[in-house]
Amino acid sequence: MSVNRHKSHFGYMLLGALLMLMLVTNLAKAVEPDEILQDKALEARARHISEGLRCLVCQNQSIDDSAAPLAKDLRVLVRERLKAGDTDQQIEDFVVARYGEFVLLKPRFEPHTFLLWFATPVVFIIALLIVAFAYRRRSAVPTTAALSDAEELRLRHLLEDR
Amino acid sequence: MIAETGHYALILALAVAIVQTVLPLWGTRTRDPQLTAIAVPAAQVQFLLIAVSFAALMTAYVTSDFSLENVWANSHSAKPLIYKIAGVWGNHEGSMVLWVLILALFGAAVATFGSNLPDELQANVLAVQGSIAAAFLLFIVTTSNPFIRLDPAPLDGQGLNPVLQDPALAFHPPFLYTGYVGFSMAFSFAVAALIDGRIDAAWARWVRPWTLAAWMCLTLGIAMGSWWAYYELGWGGFWFWDPVENASFMPWLAGTALLHSALVMEKRDALKVWTILLAIITFSLSLMGTFLVRSGVLTSVHAFAVDPARGIFILAIMGTFIGGALTLFAIRAPLLAQGGLFAPISREGSLVVNNLLLTTACAAVFVGTLYPLALESLTGEKISVGPPFFNFTFVPLIVPLLVAVPFGPMLAWKRGDLVAAWQRLTAAAALSLLAMVLVLGFQQRGPWLAPFGIGLGIWLIFGALSEIAFRVKLLDGSLGEAWRRLGKLPRSAYGTALAHAGLGIVMIGIVATTAWRSESILALKPKGTTEIAGYQVTFEGVTPREGPNYRERVGVFQVMRGGEEVTTLEPSKREYTVERSSTTEAGIHASWRGDLYAVLGDQLKDGAYSVRLYFNPLVRFIWLGAVVMFIGGALSLSDRRLRIGAPKRAKALGQNLAAAK
Repeated sequence: MSVNRHKSHFGYMLLGALLMLMLVTNLAKAVEPDEILQDKALEARARHISEGLRCLVCQNQSIDDSAAPLAKDLRVLVRERLKAGDTDQQIEDFVVARYGEFVLLKPRFEPHTFLLWFATPVVFIIALLIVAFAYRRRSAVPTTAALSDAEELRLRHLLEDR
Repeated sequence: MIAETGHYALILALAVAIVQTVLPLWGTRTRDPQLTAIAVPAAQVQFLLIAVSFAALMTAYVTSDFSLENVWANSHSAKPLIYKIAGVWGNHEGSMVLWVLILALFGAAVATFGSNLPDELQANVLAVQGSIAAAFLLFIVTTSNPFIRLDPAPLDGQGLNPVLQDPALAFHPPFLYTGYVGFSMAFSFAVAALIDGRIDAAWARWVRPWTLAAWMCLTLGIAMGSWWAYYELGWGGFWFWDPVENASFMPWLAGTALLHSALVMEKRDALKVWTILLAIITFSLSLMGTFLVRSGVLTSVHAFAVDPARGIFILAIMGTFIGGALTLFAIRAPLLAQGGLFAPISREGSLVVNNLLLTTACAAVFVGTLYPLALESLTGEKISVGPPFFNFTFVPLIVPLLVAVPFGPMLAWKRGDLVAAWQRLTAAAALSLLAMVLVLGFQQRGPWLAPFGIGLGIWLIFGALSEIAFRVKLLDGSLGEAWRRLGKLPRSAYGTALAHAGLGIVMIGIVATTAWRSESILALKPKGTTEIAGYQVTFEGVTPREGPNYRERVGVFQVMRGGEEVTTLEPSKREYTVERSSTTEAGIHASWRGDLYAVLGDQLKDGAYSVRLYFNPLVRFIWLGAVVMFIGGALSLSDRRLRIGAPKRAKALGQNLAAAK
């Protein structure tokens, strides 16, 4: 049983780590009253930017939705930069320079994401071509004429009567 | 002793599953009816054994047998009974046992009710089904065994993740898994047809009910998950484009496409090769969903534990089944004859458009979900793909599809008349336009696309009603005549109409709550009052309360509307003592207009509390729509023509045809 006990000890640690994580991510949510800027236009911009920035310690949540301390720091940072007169783009660049592209919920359009952005349209065009090709090929192949509805009905009656 | 019985039954089930795979396949190859006949009892016995195993595990949970490591790690004696029962699948090992239980249930159903299937097809289907079960049973027994004992047994357990301690845990995973696993039937039928090298319209007729049942459960499972996230995560979002959600959404999209292409195959004997491929793709996506969620590649509430050995094992299962099926497809598909020609404008043509857009939309979700994983493992670069990407790629594909939906059922098979279809839809179009204009006129804020979205929802709902109206010739004859026809309409016609209308209802819910949600984030002192969406909300203060296994601080909010008392909202912050972890519980007042949603935040320095109030207009429509879609599916499933006994005639017909040749 020693192996098992070792395993369960490890499991205990993992569980602990997981619970810690839950603790971090499940406390109160998002923007706190004291963070909100007086200037409504600036605040609206802050919210808009926050919605596009990922909370780095959470699962796929924007900093606007997350209650993690790190998300709060980032929200405050965004608002400070706004008050300092930065444009939205400058703020985005600033945050990316600090935390990497991982922080952006909308990946940038750059060589390493071309495949990501182009994949869907390319799949769509290929699918269209396949449909068109299959249709033309099938129209070209002569097949025996299908039975008309009336004939089919008659066939069914004949067979069922047997 | 009970646990050992369960353990033993699980290993025995593995052995039976291997027998169920090997012997019937051998039998159908060598035309040995005795070997072929083993498939049916094997599938039934396999189900019974897994059921015994599952019951043993549940007994251990209900009786709090902490000598089982799995129970110790995921349960606690003070946990309410419902979470002891549902907690069986609230962890990795237990949820995998549920997975194979449902898999075996489907297999046993085909064995028991599929006596009208040709013997060889049935044996092949059960053999393929058995091989999936064998792979996953081996996975459970070797890497995820829930029956490992602890010695000495601990006095009490570690408890269950509080986020999972919710009534939804009892329903969300079983429905989701029934959906996922149910698509294995379509897969097994597809592979069996490929092994045989022949396929006919009757095949689609046998596959469709299973696919429909799986699709219904998946629809409801996803909707429940979305609802759960909505009230549990505490800010009223209902869909996050999270990889775990996408993992369940992809099989749904592919499964929806499969339902429609199987229809073409059944009625018109066309799109055979494509339907087979789609059946393989749909279950492959289910397997991938299981891999993404269970392997720990993604860390989330759903990844109960992270163990690389498990990830590699599931990856190997996935590779074997998807690779094997696709190879078989590549070899055998050219042998399958095509039938049923049709013009581009026809019912078939419209279903091709449906498949084209659904599968491309599914590809968009696929790329968005897997690209960050692939990029990181190849280059080490980390990027995030969030909602903006999906709004950009998924939505432009789905909107034209939704516009096209009402046209499909209005077009005739083989050659349709678009102008006539449009004429039948004039009323729906007019209503939709009216809705757009009205919304545009009353809209004070929100994106300009919102009225269009509402119009689209109305178009879907009334488009579906128009189809019924057309089929009973509402405008051509007397009302009495139409009423009489209404009763004679096949249930599947109502099913289609309901499912399509449900889509419209979901659409309206999503658009309304996204475009016009109001929020108010403020610091409130006790007795403080605020206003949101026409409600006057008074904060009465915070009181402590004791739950069965938690303590909570409850914020009491009096809600008034137009001077009349509406309700009292009680959002709370829960402290789970055993798990030493906390959750926020939202207070929600639901009405047809929308949900008033309150969240209690932290206490601030001056005695005030940080309070978050939201009004989510028409948000219930999202889940209501999903329920309507489910009912539509159920009606269709209960249609005489789809009922289990019905294919008998088709089989008899086929035999007669063969005899006549």
